[in-house]
Amino acid sequence: MSVLKTAPSSPSRRSFLRTSAVGGAFMLGMSAEGALAAAAKAASPEFTPNAFIRIGRDGRVTLISKQPEIGQGIKTSLPMVIAEQLEVDWKDVRIVQGDLDTALYGPQGAGGSTSTPTNYENFHRLGAAARMMLVQAAANTWGVPVSECAASGGAVIHGPTKRRLGYGALVESAAKLPVPDAKAVVLKDPSTYKLLGTRIGGVDNAAIVSGKPLFGIDVRLPGMLYAVYAKCPVFGGKPVSANLDAIKAMPGVKDAFIVEGTGNLNGLRPGVAIVATSTWAAMRARRDLQVVWDEGEGANHSWADFTAQAQAASKKAGDLAGKTTVRKDGDVPAALSKAAKVVEGAYSYPFISHASMEPQNCTAWFKEDGALELWAPTQNPGSGQALVTTTFGIPKEKITLHIIRSGGGFGRRLSSDFIVEATAIAKKVAAPVKLTWTREDDLQHDHFRPGGFHFLRGGVDASGRAVAWHNHFVTFANRVERDGKSVLQPGSGGNLFADEFPGRWIDNCLFEQTVLECRIPMGPWRAPGSCVFSWVLHSFIDELAHAGGRDPLEFRLELLGNKDFMPASSERGLPYDVKRMRNVLVEVAQRAGWGKKQFPRGQGQGIAFHFSHRGYVAQVAEVTVSREGKLKVDRVVVAADVGSQIVNLSGAENQVEGSVIDGLSTLMFPELNIEKGRIVQSNFHDYQLLRMPDTPSRIETHFIKTDNPVTGLGEPALPPLAPAVCNAIFAATGKRVRQLPLSKTDLSWS
Amino acid sequence: MSKYTLHINGKAQAVDVEPDTPLLWALRDSLGLVGTKYGCGLGQCGACTVHIDGVPARACLTPVSSLGKQKITTIEGLDAKARHPLQLAWQELDVPQCGYCQAGQIMSACHLLTQHPKPTDAQIDEAMAGNLCRCATYTRIRAGIHRAADIASNGKGKK
Repeated sequence: MSVLKTAPSSPSRRSFLRTSAVGGAFMLGMSAEGALAAAAKAASPEFTPNAFIRIGRDGRVTLISKQPEIGQGIKTSLPMVIAEQLEVDWKDVRIVQGDLDTALYGPQGAGGSTSTPTNYENFHRLGAAARMMLVQAAANTWGVPVSECAASGGAVIHGPTKRRLGYGALVESAAKLPVPDAKAVVLKDPSTYKLLGTRIGGVDNAAIVSGKPLFGIDVRLPGMLYAVYAKCPVFGGKPVSANLDAIKAMPGVKDAFIVEGTGNLNGLRPGVAIVATSTWAAMRARRDLQVVWDEGEGANHSWADFTAQAQAASKKAGDLAGKTTVRKDGDVPAALSKAAKVVEGAYSYPFISHASMEPQNCTAWFKEDGALELWAPTQNPGSGQALVTTTFGIPKEKITLHIIRSGGGFGRRLSSDFIVEATAIAKKVAAPVKLTWTREDDLQHDHFRPGGFHFLRGGVDASGRAVAWHNHFVTFANRVERDGKSVLQPGSGGNLFADEFPGRWIDNCLFEQTVLECRIPMGPWRAPGSCVFSWVLHSFIDELAHAGGRDPLEFRLELLGNKDFMPASSERGLPYDVKRMRNVLVEVAQRAGWGKKQFPRGQGQGIAFHFSHRGYVAQVAEVTVSREGKLKVDRVVVAADVGSQIVNLSGAENQVEGSVIDGLSTLMFPELNIEKGRIVQSNFHDYQLLRMPDTPSRIETHFIKTDNPVTGLGEPALPPLAPAVCNAIFAATGKRVRQLPLSKTDLSWS
Repeated sequence: MSKYTLHINGKAQAVDVEPDTPLLWALRDSLGLVGTKYGCGLGQCGACTVHIDGVPARACLTPVSSLGKQKITTIEGLDAKARHPLQLAWQELDVPQCGYCQAGQIMSACHLLTQHPKPTDAQIDEAMAGNLCRCATYTRIRAGIHRAADIASNGKGKK
C-alpha cells in the first residue's frame, strides 16, 4: 500500500529523456549548493544531457537528487545508479538537491518506499544515455568506430590505441549530439558493476559531522523573522480571542495574530501566530499567550472511552452500525465449532506520534509581486505546493519550493500543515519568516498513527493446522466530504484490507471492521498499517501454532503452502510472491540457527515474516527476559528480498538496522493518552523512545538477491520486528503480549 | 536585551539577547552556529549537546547569562579541520541516517572518550543514554565510538 496520496507514475522513459534533454535551469536547495552550481555554470559551458547530469569542461560531474532526503539515503543511492552507468568515479561526483519541479524531474516524493522502484530503471537509462553520447563524441573526435571505444573512470578510451579523452574535454562535442532514443540505450551488464552493491557513505555525512547548515531548521535568510504557532490543544478546536496586544509588547515580538484556518484536518489548522526577531523571543512570548479557544466537538474524546466503545463493539454480533465485512471466505463459525482448539485474543495499540528529531518547520517568503518562496523539509513537496495553492489561491507558477533535507520523516512530512502555516504567517509579514514548531507542538499536533483494537478468534484442527481465522478490527475514522457526501474515512494505516495476511491462506476467514468517528488527525506512519497489523497477525499466528502444538517455523511454512504465487483477490488486491516469502523465512531460520539451540527459561527465539512495500522480510529475535520482567533483545537476524540488486549496501543495512530498532522502540515505549480531547503527553520525558542501553546487542542482515525489480527499504524491515520479539518473549516466559506498549504487560516470571 | 561576550570555539563572540535566552538559540539565531540542534527544549534528547569547560551540557537549558567566561565548544569547534577521530569514524562507518542528532551524539561521545579512551559497551550505554536517535542508528554509533577509540590510540587506526 502506498502512502503517497497521488500515486507516483513514472513518465515513459522516452518522454522523460526527451523532456530532460531540454535541460535548463534548476534551482538548488541550500544557498551554498546553489552558489556552487551557479559558479560552475558561469565558468564553462556544460554537457547537460538530461535534468540530472551536468558535466563541466573541467570534468566535474554534478548529479541532481530529485527526491526528498529524510534519512533514507536516497540522495546517495539514486545518484549512484547514474554514476554507475555514466562510468564516473564516485569521488569525482558532486550531488546537489533539486528543487520541486516535476515537469523537469518527474514525480518527487519520499513515501511508501517508492523512490527506488519508481526511479531505478529510469536512472540507469539516464546515466547510460549520457555515457553513450560521451563515447560517441570521443569516437567522432578520433574518427574511429564507436565500437572500439569504451568509457571508464570519467574518460573514454580507444581500445586499439589506448588513447584517452576525459569527459571534460568531450563536453562541447557531446553537447551537440542527439540524446539517444530510450530503446537504443545500452545498459551495463550487472556483473560489471563497480559501484552498485558496494558500501558508500551518505553524501552529506561530512556536513553532518561538522555541523554545517543542512536541515530545514538551519535555513537563514537576510532579514528573516522567526515564528511560533499555537494551535488549540483540543483536536479541531480554534482560537476565539487572545491577548495579542500584550504579546506584541513583549521583547523582540514583531507581530501576533490569529490565523483563521480551514476546517480541513489535513489543511491549515487555525491558531495564533507570534512573529519575533529570534526563535527564543517568539517562544518566550508564547509562554504568556492567553487564548480563548472554541474547543469544538473533539473535546469529549478520551482513550478510555474509545477503549470502552471498542470492547462494546466486539461483543455485539451482526449488524452493528459501522461494521463492515472486509473479507469472508468459507464458514468461520462452523469451522470454529469443529476445530480441535480455539484461541481468542484481543490485541490493542495506542495512537502514537512520529517524533522526528527535527520538529516541523518551514521558511516562507511572500514577496511584493505575489510570489512565494518556500524552504521546506518535506517528504511531499508537490502536495505541499498544491495545498498552498488551494488554501491561498497562489498559483503554482508563483511558488518556488526548495526541498531541504529533513531531520527524519517516518511519514510525518507527507502532511503539509507546517508549509501552509508558514505561508499564512509569511503573507502577513514583509520579510522571510521561519516557523519552528516546539517539541510539544510536534508531539501533540501530529497526523498520528491511529490506535486500534483487534478481536481475534482462530482455530486449529487435530493435526495442528490453521482452519479458521476471524479478525474484528475496531479502528478510527474522520468525517470528510467526498463527492458532496459526508463519509467516514479511516486514518492512514487504519484500514484492514481484504488481502491482508492470512486472507487467501485460510479457507475459513472473516475480516470485519468497525470505525469509531473522531476528530483526531491521522496520517501515514512508517509502513502504514503493516507497522501494527504485522504485530497483531504474526503474534496470533504464533498463538495458533502453539495451540496446535507445532513448531512456529514449521507452522508458518505449512500455512504459506506449496504454491509459488498467490494472485490478488480482486483488482485492488495485493498479489503475493509466496516463494520469495518462503525463501526469506527459510534463510532467516538457517542463519539464526532456529530450533538448534536450547534456551534456559527466560530466554527464547521468536520468528515472524511480513510483506509490505514490495519487500519480503523475515526476522528471528533472541531475547532475555529477567525474572523481574525486564526485556533485553540479544540478537535480531533479518533476511530480506528486495529484488535483484542492493543499490548501496551501507545505506541498505542502515535502513534495516534502523527499522529493527525503530520497531523495537515502538513496541516498547511510546504511547499517547487522550483525555478531554487532548494529547496528555508533551515531550520526551513522558513520550519515551528507545535509547542506547536498550539497543539489541547484534543485528545481522542478509539480503537474498532474486530476479525481481529493485525495491525500497525505508519500510519493509520494520513490520516483522515486533511480532518476532513478542513471539520470543512467549518462548522465554510463556507470556503473550497483546497490548502495546510493552510496559502494559507484566513479563516477570518465577 | 543585554550584551554578553561568549567564548565559543576559541573566539570571543558578542551577542545581544534577553538574559534568559538559552545558549542554543544564541548559537543558532544570533551567531549562525546551527550545528547545535533543537530537539526538545527540556534536556531530554541531547541534540543540543555542547561542551562547557570541557563537560557536556544541554544548550537548551543553559541561559546565556549563566555562562560568564566559561569556554564553550560546539560541533563546529570540535576540530579545526573536522578530523576529530569521531568525525572520521562516523564517516568511515556511515553512521548517520537523517543526521539531525549526530552532532549531539558526537559531543557526548567525545567526552566519553576523554574519560574512557577505550570504552566498553556498558560505558557507552551509560554515557550515550541521554542522546536520542529517532532513526535508531545506535548500533553504528556504538561501532563508531569503538572505531574512534582505535583511531585516537594509534593515529590512523587499524581497519
